[in-house]
Amino acid sequence: MDFKDTPEEAAFRADARAWLEKTLDQPNAKANVRIDGPEGLKRAKEYQARKAAAGFVGLTWRKEAGGRELPPIFNVIFNQEEQKFQAPVGPFAIGLGMCIPTVIAFHSPERVKHYVGPALRGEEIWCQLFSEPGAGSDVAGLKTRAVRDGDDWIINGQKVWTSGAHYSDYGIVLVRTNPEKEKHKGLTMFVINMKAPGVEVRPIHQMSGGSNFNEVYFTDVRIPDSERLGEVGNGWNVALVTLMNERLAVGGSAGPEYGEILELARNTPSPSGRGTLLQDQAFREKLASWYVSAEGYTLGKYRTMTALSKGQTPGPENSIGKLLNANRMQDIGNAAIEGADHYGIISDPALAPMQGAFHNAYMWAPGLRIAGGTDEILRNIIAERVLGLPQDARADKGIAFKDLPTGR
Amino acid sequence: MNFDFSDDQKMLRDQARKFLAEKSSKKVVRDVLNDGAKSFDASLWKLVAEQGWLGVTIPEQYGGLGLGRLELCVLAEEVGRALAPLPFSSTLYFFTEALLAAASTDQQAKFLPGVASGSIIGAFAISEGPGAPSPSSIEAQFDGSKLSGVKIPVTDGDIATHAIVLAREGAGLSLVLVDLNQSGVKRETLQTLDPTRGHARLTFTNAGAERVGKAGEGWDLAESVLDRAAVLIAFEQIGGSQACLDMAVDYAKSRFAFSRQIGSYQAIKHKLADMYVGIELARSNAFYGAWALSTQSSQLPIAAAAARVAACDAYYFAAKENIQAHGGMGYTWEVDCHLFYRRSKLLAVQAGGPGVWKEKLVRRLELKNAA
Repeated sequence: MDFKDTPEEAAFRADARAWLEKTLDQPNAKANVRIDGPEGLKRAKEYQARKAAAGFVGLTWRKEAGGRELPPIFNVIFNQEEQKFQAPVGPFAIGLGMCIPTVIAFHSPERVKHYVGPALRGEEIWCQLFSEPGAGSDVAGLKTRAVRDGDDWIINGQKVWTSGAHYSDYGIVLVRTNPEKEKHKGLTMFVINMKAPGVEVRPIHQMSGGSNFNEVYFTDVRIPDSERLGEVGNGWNVALVTLMNERLAVGGSAGPEYGEILELARNTPSPSGRGTLLQDQAFREKLASWYVSAEGYTLGKYRTMTALSKGQTPGPENSIGKLLNANRMQDIGNAAIEGADHYGIISDPALAPMQGAFHNAYMWAPGLRIAGGTDEILRNIIAERVLGLPQDARADKGIAFKDLPTGR
Repeated sequence: MNFDFSDDQKMLRDQARKFLAEKSSKKVVRDVLNDGAKSFDASLWKLVAEQGWLGVTIPEQYGGLGLGRLELCVLAEEVGRALAPLPFSSTLYFFTEALLAAASTDQQAKFLPGVASGSIIGAFAISEGPGAPSPSSIEAQFDGSKLSGVKIPVTDGDIATHAIVLAREGAGLSLVLVDLNQSGVKRETLQTLDPTRGHARLTFTNAGAERVGKAGEGWDLAESVLDRAAVLIAFEQIGGSQACLDMAVDYAKSRFAFSRQIGSYQAIKHKLADMYVGIELARSNAFYGAWALSTQSSQLPIAAAAARVAACDAYYFAAKENIQAHGGMGYTWEVDCHLFYRRSKLLAVQAGGPGVWKEKLVRRLELKNAA
């Protein structure tokens, strides 16, 4: 038992590190890199082009698709090193982590060639269009309709919670091609040109005040049949491949952790009026639990890396990460605010500790507990796929989609 | 990255699991539970000694196998899973670890071979009453050769041949080793929540004893033994927690209510998912503790505390919700849920309760962060 890389992994890590040091500014935890402004996007695209030229994109993909066919552990190693810098990778995470692997798995060799290069180099950005207003956790209940018209399909409907749709060039979209079939069997996946006529992107105004996601409306949007991913009616299985990649992509915590709140509590008076918050026994117990959760998550990743390093495939057990991290983020944000007593309501970055990072965590965590699989869906995944428990009763089996009750 | 047990260690685990499934069946555990005069299974202890388990961390020159702490972690998990009615933790995680950490070469040569062969059963005695002990609360007295005072409870104190006791010596505290089979030692068996393990009140009246380690360093030595034991007990707790989860999953698949398997209901499903999450958190923290223990890392105090906090939480949750998942059947004497519920509580307080360890963890983090 140790934390060492194999010689090949160590050599790769050194290469990655050397390239990152040459390419990016030195790590600076305080810096806050914005990715959504035009200037930020331009910087992100420049970085991505250099990263592709250096051969650090598509590490695990097939060689003929522009990849290096390395085992997944190398991806993890590069990400680990990259995270130590303020790399502007946000706009590409979904495209390269989820969409392009799906394209590689299901598209024609000619189209793979067409799409992968520009995506690798950051010239084109991709988004993923699955969720709908009436289909979140039960995403197979989606209603966006595709109707065949000669060599094309005509798309009408609405998607929601689409990250990055406003700056994306392409997307993979899951639509209903046959409402006469059972709901999982009437779906088909396509590549959609986000600049095509009839595609309208509207930002969602989140409860946090920000706008990181969009609604996307389709009005008679034409997609050529040659942009279909997989067989007609096989869209659900294609989507499962996409979501499997999501599991490897999502998870890290983005908020203040036990270390930050420990420091904050050193200088906050205790609710008892005696000593500091850090000396408050109830607070200390919570702090211990946060540490155990945060460390458990990090160490669990090392166990996953060990499995990857030995050539094993990590399974649904990785669903634990987001479940833990999102809830811990919410609790730490909450404890920092309540710990400051009345003053805690102030979120002004000029007055709040850590420029309002705890308030941001408090306002972001509710979204994180829902995005990419709600707490409840993640528990279902653990129970059904890890522990082997049976599925819940289903009211939609053996019924044509058009006959299913939808509640509205 | 190689943050896992080796193939050899996993093979040892498989062998131990098979061995205990056969030799420490629930019938064996229940024989100890139901027989008030019995507080361990002596023939199983002998078999375990023959397997070499008792000497797994003891150097070969003293009759042990000279393997490492990682192998002991592997065995601990299986002992916990099987609820083995043995003085395994007292003898190996406390008594032996104290000897390895602090005893003179002569003392090691005198006692370790007996541990490895199974003839010595060790105990570790700190507690003298309700509440967490502190350096100022210890009243037992050692005068350089004689020990007097009361220790209660002492896990396996009713069957142990020897105990290492924390006692006051002059202005400080020392660890002292006592042969329990002498006239100056009175043992009274205690009724406890977990009758599958023995407990006693030990009263020492000028009992012959010898110091282990330096005079006045007893508290620090005890703390360091507790750190080691915390990691090893965490593995026992994980084994027990996993057994609870396995039981609950099996039952949820086979029990029907409203004409469906109860495991299909989210109320049950999410409970079991939370058990799994708790166990995996505990496992990851315990792995780190195992690494720190086996490499004598300076990270051990923090790693051990985190491992213990996570394991106590995981086992409590798994043991209580296993009963709940079993419904009324889970509350019967005949179904094994209560065996784990009982053992989970013993393991949660045996090396100091979770509250004490949360406090230790935070105190150690404060120091680390300030540094």
